[in-house]
Amino acid sequence: MSALITITVLALILLYLGLFKASKALLPVALIGLVVALVLSLMEWGANAEPIFSRMMLYDHFAVAFSGITIFSTILILALSKDYFERISSNVAEYYALILFSLAGIILMVSYHNLSMLFIGIEIMSICMYILAGIKKKDFASNEAALKYFLMGAFSTGILLFGITLIYGASGSFDLEMIKQYILNDPAGVSPLLYTGITLLIIALAFKVGAAPFHFWAPDVYEGSPSLITAYMSTVVKTAGFAAFLRLIMFSFAPIQDFWVPIIITLAVLSLLIGNVTAVYQQHFKRMLAYSSISHVGYMLFSLLALNGSSDNAVFVYAAAYSVASIIAFGVLILMQKQVGNDSFDSFNGLAKKNPFLALTLTIAMLSLAGIPLTAGFIGKFMMFSRALASYHVVLVVFAVLNAIVGIFYYFRVIVAMYFKQEDRKELSVPVFFKFVLGLSALVTIVLGVYPDFIAGLI
Amino acid sequence: MEILLLIFLPLAGALISFLFGGSQQVKTVAFIWSLLSLVLTAYLLSGFDTASSIPQFVIDQPWLSYFGVRFKAGIDGISMILVLLTNVLMPLIILSSFKHAYSRPGAFYGLILLMQSALLLVFTALDAFLFYVGWEAALIPIYFICALWGGENRIKVNMKFFIYTFAGSLIMLIGILYLYLQTPDRSYDVQSFYQLALSSSEQSWIFWAFFIAFAVKMPVFPFHTWQPDTYTEAPTTGTMLLSGIMLKMGIYGVIRWLIPVAPLGFAQWGQLALILSIIGVVYAALIAFTQKDIKRLVAYSSISHVGLIAAGIFVWNTNGLQGAMIQMVNHGINVFGMFFVLDIIIRRMKTRDSFELGGIAKVAPQFAVAFLIILLGTVALPLTNGFIGEFLLLMGIYQHSIWAAAIAGLTIIFGAVYMLRMYQRIMLGTTNAQTSTFSEIDGTEKLVLGIVCALVILIGVYPNPILDISEATVKSLVELVDGKLHGVSTTF
Repeated sequence: MSALITITVLALILLYLGLFKASKALLPVALIGLVVALVLSLMEWGANAEPIFSRMMLYDHFAVAFSGITIFSTILILALSKDYFERISSNVAEYYALILFSLAGIILMVSYHNLSMLFIGIEIMSICMYILAGIKKKDFASNEAALKYFLMGAFSTGILLFGITLIYGASGSFDLEMIKQYILNDPAGVSPLLYTGITLLIIALAFKVGAAPFHFWAPDVYEGSPSLITAYMSTVVKTAGFAAFLRLIMFSFAPIQDFWVPIIITLAVLSLLIGNVTAVYQQHFKRMLAYSSISHVGYMLFSLLALNGSSDNAVFVYAAAYSVASIIAFGVLILMQKQVGNDSFDSFNGLAKKNPFLALTLTIAMLSLAGIPLTAGFIGKFMMFSRALASYHVVLVVFAVLNAIVGIFYYFRVIVAMYFKQEDRKELSVPVFFKFVLGLSALVTIVLGVYPDFIAGLI
Repeated sequence: MEILLLIFLPLAGALISFLFGGSQQVKTVAFIWSLLSLVLTAYLLSGFDTASSIPQFVIDQPWLSYFGVRFKAGIDGISMILVLLTNVLMPLIILSSFKHAYSRPGAFYGLILLMQSALLLVFTALDAFLFYVGWEAALIPIYFICALWGGENRIKVNMKFFIYTFAGSLIMLIGILYLYLQTPDRSYDVQSFYQLALSSSEQSWIFWAFFIAFAVKMPVFPFHTWQPDTYTEAPTTGTMLLSGIMLKMGIYGVIRWLIPVAPLGFAQWGQLALILSIIGVVYAALIAFTQKDIKRLVAYSSISHVGLIAAGIFVWNTNGLQGAMIQMVNHGINVFGMFFVLDIIIRRMKTRDSFELGGIAKVAPQFAVAFLIILLGTVALPLTNGFIGEFLLLMGIYQHSIWAAAIAGLTIIFGAVYMLRMYQRIMLGTTNAQTSTFSEIDGTEKLVLGIVCALVILIGVYPNPILDISEATVKSLVELVDGKLHGVSTTF
């Protein structure tokens, strides 16, 4: 739990640093603090975790692993933020603090043991994100993104709360263990209230992770928000949303699989189809990433189809692979937007000649997102497919494979533009921090692709 | 350990080439590096026991133990033939590129060596996951080679190529995963796959899942539509890699991973696959007749010849398979020689239209002789390598069905017609303003063509050493499948 405390205190320290105009110290302090939090969180890796704080939270392996990956991703994203917020306004300290507060919410989301904690975690995270989406005060798109995100988010929170209430009404408890016991006591006589509650919970969480058909907010919000925030939303926030989803379903609702599996299948199929097909028609890199992220939610939902203990591993690997690859993509996107002022596919033309390093890392990221072997993305997809096949959803896997083929079209557009289309262009200058983050992420992508053993069976 | 060296030696060369390959000197380094692989292959061959059908030099290490994947690779007779082909052709392919000054040579030769590594992995893998990884890993370098150094239409054409092959291999991945989930000990080992006793309908699905992937790669009619465009647009080196070595991945896959794993599926659908292959033989030959573009003509002739090899496999008897094994080597050598000859012509004459050429034999007699020898090998004249292969293949097909053999045999006649017509147009007749300037072959060109011609005749006269390598393994595979089919007919 020390990670949660560290992060919260860190956010407060950053606010004070802002108060005393120590803006140079903000980034280093934030990064060092997060590394400390990461180490502290990993140190809690151990056997027999017990629920703590009056059974409110459970810091088990699942929680440690997902806190680890979210904190790690946040570190990488913040490392890209040098001089980023300064260009937006002078309230830099608040932005860092908001990101860290949202991270604190995320830690709650991955380690809750009580539905009220889930709700609080989601709210802490969401409210920070509403503000962060709109930090470009004078920018129309950013305002639109913040408002849309807020309205949709508020709705889904309402639905979430409604679902939790109904589950409480049926089972008499917020505690995951008690709810599970209630279901196990008499699986046939479970109250209809509970079923309604589960449906509402799934809908609310589908909103949060941007699964179709509850995805309509996602493309506009992703596009309108500042790219760094989009990177954060589509990696850390999405991973956390998924972890929350998984924890609930795996832990409490596994005995009544027959009820919710059809719902999940519908969500997965729609997400894959809508995300992939619309991504093909995008002309801008950022919007393409937004739609493709919907399709990745579809793949991740596959892991829920066969619950026998390794769903969490599958989601973890997929989320890790997807996060590092997305961070590369957004990193290059930020440079491109800043120095070219445009992120259409054409603006990538000829990049390989001037910036071979950027082109190489982005290619690795795209190959990983497309699921080519020897990259982390392949291992992720491979685990998802084997999960679904293990429970004999063969048709579904064939459908997913067809979608993976569609994915080639849009991921390769960037590669084609960078390597095969010639254009005279200026070299992009790449700051040291970017080089470090992109290089590290590319390395992680390859290492996870070649030897994923050390995280594949982790949880 | 030798296997590890075999697979990773080219990879090391690729890294060196990527990192330090700034100047054109890197081609010499790449050539020497590929010779190292050849030496290693010769060493392996010297220690290879041809009487045994069991994989030799096996390495078996845990790799992704969480998924039950092992790094298991070894060489049996079938693998040996393809390893040999790869490592003999690679130095020749690199040598044949010396006259080109490709931009970014470090990346170019790096990708070639990377591909060699992936190909060797495919041909030696004894673990389905490993096989799949090699299969996909071979696709990425060739995609970049073709799309970076190719012709005008390269982006569109290569996207089609990539999507076709990637789609095929993903479907194969589902098949592999399904088989894995059926194995009692949860392993991807080829032997575990061979021992599975799946129902007939399951095996039908498995058959198609694998067949499509392999059929795209070979390519078998009607999965061939990517091939002529890709061959034509690719840089010559890329075409040689694709036709000389890469398409053998598909043929090898059928022999190793398709028929022995799903014999009942093969029993049901093998006949259809045979018919498709034979249609491909005739269809591609007919199209080859009408081609003015010499590169396209050879591309179609390749579909036709590969169709015959595929037919020889789908009849699944010792003669057909042995014919397929040796013909893979021959086809690799011949098609490489053919594309090199065309490259020499195209580089000098700047045209691919056979009607704009003529009379080259007068100005370049040595070139004309070399071209003729390679061409005769391709059309399977007795005492050339092609004859042995096609003879065995047709004999195997004849044992299965006389009609199939009769139609497939047309390939020899058709092939002779369109190939000789092409030779006539390019080499014979009167010279025109352009062809009279054709300069005789020199240096590396002479060396490469000399080696190829020597191989064509040598294998044609004395093919036994190659046939011996694969014989034991082929026989044991035929027995394995027959046993499984026979076993079923008595039980049910």
